[in-house]
Amino acid sequence: MTDTKVAPRPSPKVSDEVRKTTCYMCACRCGINVHLENGKVKYIEGNRDHPVNQGVLCAKGSAGIMQHYAPSRLRKPLKRTGPRGSGEFQEISWDEAYEIAAGWLAPLRETAPEKLAFFTGRDQSQSFTSFWAQAFGTPNYAAHGGFCSVNMAAAGIYTMGGAFWEFGQPDWDRTKLFMIFGVAEDHDSNPIKIGIGKMKGNGGRVIGVNPIRSGYNAVADDWIGITPGTDALFILAMIHELLKAGKVDLNYLSRYTNAGFLVNDNPDDADYGLFLRDKDGTPQVIDRATGKPAKYDKKGVKPDLAAHLRKGGVTYKPAFQLLAEKYLDDAYAPEKIADQCGLSAQKIKATAAELARVAFEEEITLDVEWTDWKGEKHKTMTGRPVSFHAMRGISAHSNGFQTCRALHILQILLGSVEVPGGFRFKPPYPKPPEAHPKPHAGVQPGKPLDGPHLGYPLGPEHLLINEDGSAKRIDKAYTWENPFSAHGLMHMVISNAYAGDPYKIDTLFMYMANMAWNSTMNTSEVIKMLTDKDENGDYVIPHFIYSDAYSSETVAYADLVLPDTTYLERHDCISLLDRPICEAEAAADSIRWPVVEPDRDVKGFQSALCDLGAKLGLPGFVNDDGSQKYADYADYIQNHERRPGVGPLAGFRGPNGDKNGRGEPNPNQIQAYIDNGGFWINHIPENAQFYKPWNQHYQDWAVEIGLFDAAAPYVFNLYLEPMRKLQRAAEGHGDIQPPDHLRDRVKATMTPLPEWYEPFEEAAVNKDEYPIHALTQRPMHMYHSWGSQNAWLRQITGVNKLYIPGKIWDEKGFTEEENWAYVTSTHGKIKCQVARMDALNENTVWTWNAIGKKRGAWALSEDAQEATKGFLLNHLINELLPPKGDGRRWANSDPVTGQAAWFDLRVKIEKAPPGEHVSEPALPASKSPVGQGPKDIAYGEEFK
Amino acid sequence: MTTLPTSTEKKLGLAIDLDTCVGCHACVVNCKEWNTSNYGVPLSDEDAYGAEPHGSFLNRVHTFEAQPSGGGCSQTIHFPKSCLHCDDAPCVTVCPTGASYKRTEDGIVLVNENDCMGCGLCAWACPYGARELDALAGVMKKCTLCVDRIYNENLPEEDRVPACVRTCPAGARHFGDFADPNSNVSKLVAERGGIDLMPEMGTAPVNKYLPPRPKDVPSDAALNGENKEPKGFLAWLDKALEAI
Amino acid sequence: MHPAPSVIFFTAFSGLGFGLLAWLGLGLPTVTGWTAFFMYLLGYGMAVGGLVSSVFHLGNKKNAVKAFSQWRSSWLSREGIMAVITLLTLAPYAFGQVFLDTTLRPLGLLGALFAMVTVFTTSMIYTQLKTVPRWNTPLTPILFLLFSIGGGGLFAGQVHAAAAFLVVLGVVQVLAWMQGDAKGATGDSTLETATGLGRIGKTRLLEPPHSGQNYLLKEMAYTVGRKHAVKLRAVALICAVLLPVIMILLLPNGHALAVPLIALHILGLLAARWLFFAEAAHVVRLYYGK
Repeated sequence: MTDTKVAPRPSPKVSDEVRKTTCYMCACRCGINVHLENGKVKYIEGNRDHPVNQGVLCAKGSAGIMQHYAPSRLRKPLKRTGPRGSGEFQEISWDEAYEIAAGWLAPLRETAPEKLAFFTGRDQSQSFTSFWAQAFGTPNYAAHGGFCSVNMAAAGIYTMGGAFWEFGQPDWDRTKLFMIFGVAEDHDSNPIKIGIGKMKGNGGRVIGVNPIRSGYNAVADDWIGITPGTDALFILAMIHELLKAGKVDLNYLSRYTNAGFLVNDNPDDADYGLFLRDKDGTPQVIDRATGKPAKYDKKGVKPDLAAHLRKGGVTYKPAFQLLAEKYLDDAYAPEKIADQCGLSAQKIKATAAELARVAFEEEITLDVEWTDWKGEKHKTMTGRPVSFHAMRGISAHSNGFQTCRALHILQILLGSVEVPGGFRFKPPYPKPPEAHPKPHAGVQPGKPLDGPHLGYPLGPEHLLINEDGSAKRIDKAYTWENPFSAHGLMHMVISNAYAGDPYKIDTLFMYMANMAWNSTMNTSEVIKMLTDKDENGDYVIPHFIYSDAYSSETVAYADLVLPDTTYLERHDCISLLDRPICEAEAAADSIRWPVVEPDRDVKGFQSALCDLGAKLGLPGFVNDDGSQKYADYADYIQNHERRPGVGPLAGFRGPNGDKNGRGEPNPNQIQAYIDNGGFWINHIPENAQFYKPWNQHYQDWAVEIGLFDAAAPYVFNLYLEPMRKLQRAAEGHGDIQPPDHLRDRVKATMTPLPEWYEPFEEAAVNKDEYPIHALTQRPMHMYHSWGSQNAWLRQITGVNKLYIPGKIWDEKGFTEEENWAYVTSTHGKIKCQVARMDALNENTVWTWNAIGKKRGAWALSEDAQEATKGFLLNHLINELLPPKGDGRRWANSDPVTGQAAWFDLRVKIEKAPPGEHVSEPALPASKSPVGQGPKDIAYGEEFK
Repeated sequence: MTTLPTSTEKKLGLAIDLDTCVGCHACVVNCKEWNTSNYGVPLSDEDAYGAEPHGSFLNRVHTFEAQPSGGGCSQTIHFPKSCLHCDDAPCVTVCPTGASYKRTEDGIVLVNENDCMGCGLCAWACPYGARELDALAGVMKKCTLCVDRIYNENLPEEDRVPACVRTCPAGARHFGDFADPNSNVSKLVAERGGIDLMPEMGTAPVNKYLPPRPKDVPSDAALNGENKEPKGFLAWLDKALEAI
Repeated sequence: MHPAPSVIFFTAFSGLGFGLLAWLGLGLPTVTGWTAFFMYLLGYGMAVGGLVSSVFHLGNKKNAVKAFSQWRSSWLSREGIMAVITLLTLAPYAFGQVFLDTTLRPLGLLGALFAMVTVFTTSMIYTQLKTVPRWNTPLTPILFLLFSIGGGGLFAGQVHAAAAFLVVLGVVQVLAWMQGDAKGATGDSTLETATGLGRIGKTRLLEPPHSGQNYLLKEMAYTVGRKHAVKLRAVALICAVLLPVIMILLLPNGHALAVPLIALHILGLLAARWLFFAEAAHVVRLYYGK
C-alpha cells in the first residue's frame, strides 16, 4: 500500500510552458505567469520580476482560469431580434456587424458627429479609444472616471500634479506612519497590501480612517470610524492643530509650494483673490533677502511667508497667510467639529500630534546629493516618514473634490510629498494642471475633433459651453455645473440623452461599462430609459452598440453586440500615454498578448475599432490610399506614433530595439516585450528619485525618455487660483458668466482654499426621516463585476447582506432568523438581508457592491443566489438630486468635477415581516444569449 | 499505518500573521488553483453556475469581530484557516484504511487518495474543519502544504513554498520548519507570542497564529498650541523663517 | 452532526443484530432447526445489513475493503474486523444448531463476547471524538451496549431479562442527555479558544468564509430545535423503554406481543439514534458562528 503514496520529495512537472502577460482581473495591472499544459491554462501566478506585484497575486488574479473559461463568454457578434432587454439575439458575422455599425455611424459623422456618444468603462486603452473618438469627431467621449474617482485624480493634479494610485505611492521602504482614508478594498490592491505588510514588518504604524472597519482598516493600528462625508472637517481640524503648534515644514512650503505667492487681498478689487503677477505673467513673491517683490522661480529668491505688500492701494498677502488665517479660525478647532465627524476631539488632537511627531521627530536623511530647478545644490535629501493614501471613500461625495484637496494640503504642510518616507509620484507624474491639455469640443461634420476631449481647465475660458450657455457635451462636462470634470460624467450620459438635455443623440456606443446594472446609479430607471420608446414607437435612444467579453446585464439592452476576447487572448498596452505601471523609482509599461488563442469568433475591441475606423475612413485609421492602416491593435501598438519617436510603448524602440522612451517604431517591439516578461522598466537615477517636480536631474531624465519635451518644474498649489477665477466669475467679473441659478453654488463651492460643506443629498433630505448613511465597497476578491460568473469567486461571496451597526440592529429588533429589511431612500426602496457589524460607524450601513445580479445574466441559472438573495444598493441612488421645485435637473454629483456622489446616500431601514424572502426589486429575467453554465465542474481533471 | 510517528525530523508548517492579514482571499483561490490541477483529484465545484454553488477548498478565510474586554471599539480580524499539520493529529489515527498519514520526514499530514474510502471520519476527528470530502470524487481533500511544490526541482528554488505563501500579497503567511529554533517561523513565534488554536483539544498543531498587535491604544497626546492668534502666528512665522 | 439515515440504520440495526447474536451465542434461547434458522437469519441479516448500509455512507466504496487494515489505531477498522470475526466465529455455531441439532457451547460463548466487543468498537468510533463533546463520554459505549443487549433480548424472546436491561438503558439514556446538556454544545471550546482572539475579548463571526454551503456545514453544523428535541426524547424513552417494559410486565407473554413490542422499541431506538447525531455538536461549528 505504501507504494501508492507520494514520494518523499515529489518533483512533478509543473507545466509545458510559462507565458508572461498582464492581469486584467481588475485595474491593478499585475504581471502574471500563465502556465500552459496541452494548450490549456493550468495555473496562473504572480510574476516575481514585475514592478507592480513583485510575484504576489490576489484572489481575482488567481481565479483567472475560471474567468477565461467562463461559460458566459460571448461567442459571435450579436444582432438584437427581440425587444431591448429580452435577451433575444441572432449571431451574425463580423462583416455584418461592421455593416450595421457603419450604417449608423457614417451618416452621423457627415452630419452631426456629436450624436455619437462613445463611452468606455474599465478601459485600459483610453489613449487609443480617445484617439478613435477624436478622429470620429464627436466631443462625447470619456471613460468611467467620473463615476469612479475623478475627485481624487483632479484634486491631486490641481494641487500637486498627481494623486494617489497610479499617480504615486508611499515610500513603503521608509515610511513609518501610513494614514489611509476611505479606501474600498480595490484600487492598487496588491501594491497596498505588499506595502502594508512591508511597513508593519519594519515596525511602522497604520491609521485607518473609514466608517467601516474591514480590509486595510482591520489591520490598522488605529481605526477612526468617521461619519461619511465629514473627512474634510477632520482633516482641516488637524491642519488647525498643526498650524496652531507651528508643526509645518516652512522650508518645504516656501521652496516647493505657492505659499509665498502674493494674493490680492482687497475684496473690492476686481482681481481680489488672484495672484500678483509681473508683466510676463509670473506670480510674485516677496524675496526675504530684499523685502521686494520678485519672480517666484528666480534663482536665489527665498519667498517671505511672513511679510505682506501694499501696492497701488491694494494689500497683497502670501497665500500661506490666507491659509493660516482661515484654518486657525476657531471654527476648525477639534472641539467644534468632533461631533459632526462622529469622533472625540481628543482623537483628532492625538492624531494630529502623532502625524507631527513622526514627520518632524523621526525625520530621515539620505546622503544623496541633488540639484534643484533653481540650480541650488543640496547635500542630502530630508524625509518626513508620514504617508497617505485615499480613494473613493473621500472622493465619491458631493464635497469630495475639496476633501481630497484638503488631504493633499495636509500632506504638503507636513512636507511629506516627494520626500523620503513620504508620498512619491510615479512617472509620468508629477505633471501639473498646466502641463495637461485643455478640454476640446470643437465639432465639424466630417472632420476630427479640434483637440483632445479631456483636460484641465484653468479658468472660465476653458469651459465647454455654447454662446447660449448650453453644454457642448452630452454629459455636461466642463460646464458651470461641474467645471473641472476631467474624466467626463459617464453616469449622466444615458439620463441626459434620454431627457434630450442638452440634446438628443442617435447612437450610444459603450465598452466594458455595465450601465444597465452596477456601473450606473439608479439601475431600474436606467433600464427604463434604455427600453423606452417615443411617440413613433422608436427607442428614445435610437441605437446602442455595446462591446463586452461576457454576457453581462447590459448586453441584453444593446442592439448590436461586439464580442471582446478574454484578457488572456488579447493584445493590449499599458501605456505611458495612458495609465502606466510605473513605480516611484522607475518608468515602466507593459503589454498583454494572446497567451492562448480565442476558440470563438471574437475580437479584441481595440482591433474591432481599427477595422471600424478604417471602414469609416477615419483619419489615422486609413492610409493615404484609403486602405486600412492598422491590421489590428497589435499593429497600432507597434507602429503608431503620438509624437515623433513617442508611441504607445516606450520600451525597445528604434529599429534594433535598443532605445528607451524615444525612438522609431520597432517592428519586433511586442516580441521584445514578450521576451522581457511582458513589461519594460527604466530606472530613475538615484539623485532624481525624490523632489521630482523641483529636481533638475529628474526633469532631465523625464525629457530624455520622452515623458515631456522640455523640463517643466512647478510648485504645489496650496492656493488654487483657477478655482478663484471661477468663483470670481460667479461674483460677476468677466465675460463668461455662470447662469444665475448656479451663481451661489459656484461661489460657495469653488473656494481656492478647501472648504467643507454639507453633501448635497444630505442637505436636501429630511435627516430625521433618513437618518442613516449607506455605503458600498467591493470585496477585495471581486473588485470588478466580472467576478460573479466566476465559479470560484462566487462561492466566496455569492450573497451580500447589508451590514448594520449593533445600535440599529438592536433598535429594530433584528435576529439571525429575522434578518430581512426594507431599505428606503428618497428615490427608491429595496428589500435585502441584514447582518450585524460592531466595528462600524454607528450611523452607517454598508454592503458589498455588485454581488446582486439580474436573472438571466452571466450564464447563471435564473435562481442564482446573486439574483434571489443578492442585491444592488444602486437602485436607491439617483443620478439626480431630489427635485427642488425649480424645474431643473440637479445632478447628484460633485459641483467641481461632476463625480458621482454615490456615497452621499441617506436611507431608513424597517424590519421585514418574518417569512420566505427574495431580494427586491426582483427584475424579470433576460434570456441568456449564451445559455447556462454546466452543473458541476472539476477543473484540472485533464492535467492528471 | 495510521499510527502517528513519535517524532518527525522536521516540522514544516505555517505561521499566519493575524496582524497583517487583510482578508483578501488570495491564498484561498491560489490554493484552489494550484491544487485542483496537481496533487490528487481535482477540487470540484457542484452547481457551479447555479443557485448555490459549493465546492472543495483547502484553505478558507473567516472574518471575526472581537469586542475588547477593556472597552473601546470592536476589532475586525481576518482569519485564514487550513490544515495545521498537528503533531498529535486525531484525523490520522481514526482513519480505517491507512489513507491518512503523517510523514516522518517533515511532519506533513497527507491523504493517500488511492486508499481513501471517503468515510469522512477524519473530518469528524479534526476540530479545525481542515478536511473536506470532495463531492464528485468522494475522497477526502486537505492541505498538503503543497508537498508537490516545496521539493519540486521543476520550480525555481524561491518558489518552493506553498502556493498560499507564494501568493499572499500582505506577507501574512510564513512557511518554515518549526523543529528548527532558528528558522524564520520559530523566531516569529517567539517574538510575537504565536499561539495554538483550541489547545484544549490536545492536538499540538504545528501551524501557529501570530496574534494581532494591540490596537486603538488610547492617547492623550496633543500639540502645544502656542500660535493661537493670527497675530502671534505671524510673529512665530517670522522667527521660524529666520531659523531656516 | 448531520443525522445521515445510512449511519443511523447502520448503528441501530447492526447493534440489534449483534445483540441478538450474543443472546443466541449464550444459548438464551438455545434453538435448533427452523427456529434457529430464522433467528440467525434475523441476527445475521440485521448485523450484515447494518454494515452494508454503512457502506452507502462512503464516498469511495471501492476502497471499503481497505478498512480492515488499520486495527492498531482506528476504531472504525477494529469494528470492521471484529464484525467479521464475530460473524465467522458464530457461523459454525449457528450451522451446528440449524443443521446438525448440535450446540457448540464454547464457540457460542466466544461469539457472544465478540458480538459485544463489536458493538463496543462501533460505539468507540463516536466516543473517541473529542471534537464532539456530547459523544466523548463513557456513557456512549454503555448506551450502545445496552441498546444492543436490550433490543437483542427482545428479539431473542428473553423479554424479562431484556426488560431489566431496558430499565437500565432508560436511566443511562437520561443521564447521557443530562450530561450532554450540561457540557454545552461545544464543551470547553469556545470561539475565543478556537481563534485565540479571547485575549482581545468576546468574539463573534462577522462574515463566513463562503456565502453558500460546504461539506463541513452540511456534515457537522446540523442543529435541531429545542422543542423538537424534547419531543423526540420523549418518543425515544417511551417507545424504546417505557412501553416495552410495561407491556412485558403487564401483558401475557407470547408471540403475538413480540411484533408490536419490537416495533415500538425500534421506533424508540431510531429516535434516540437520530438524536444521538442531530443533538451532537462538532466544535468546528464555532468557526462558522453557530
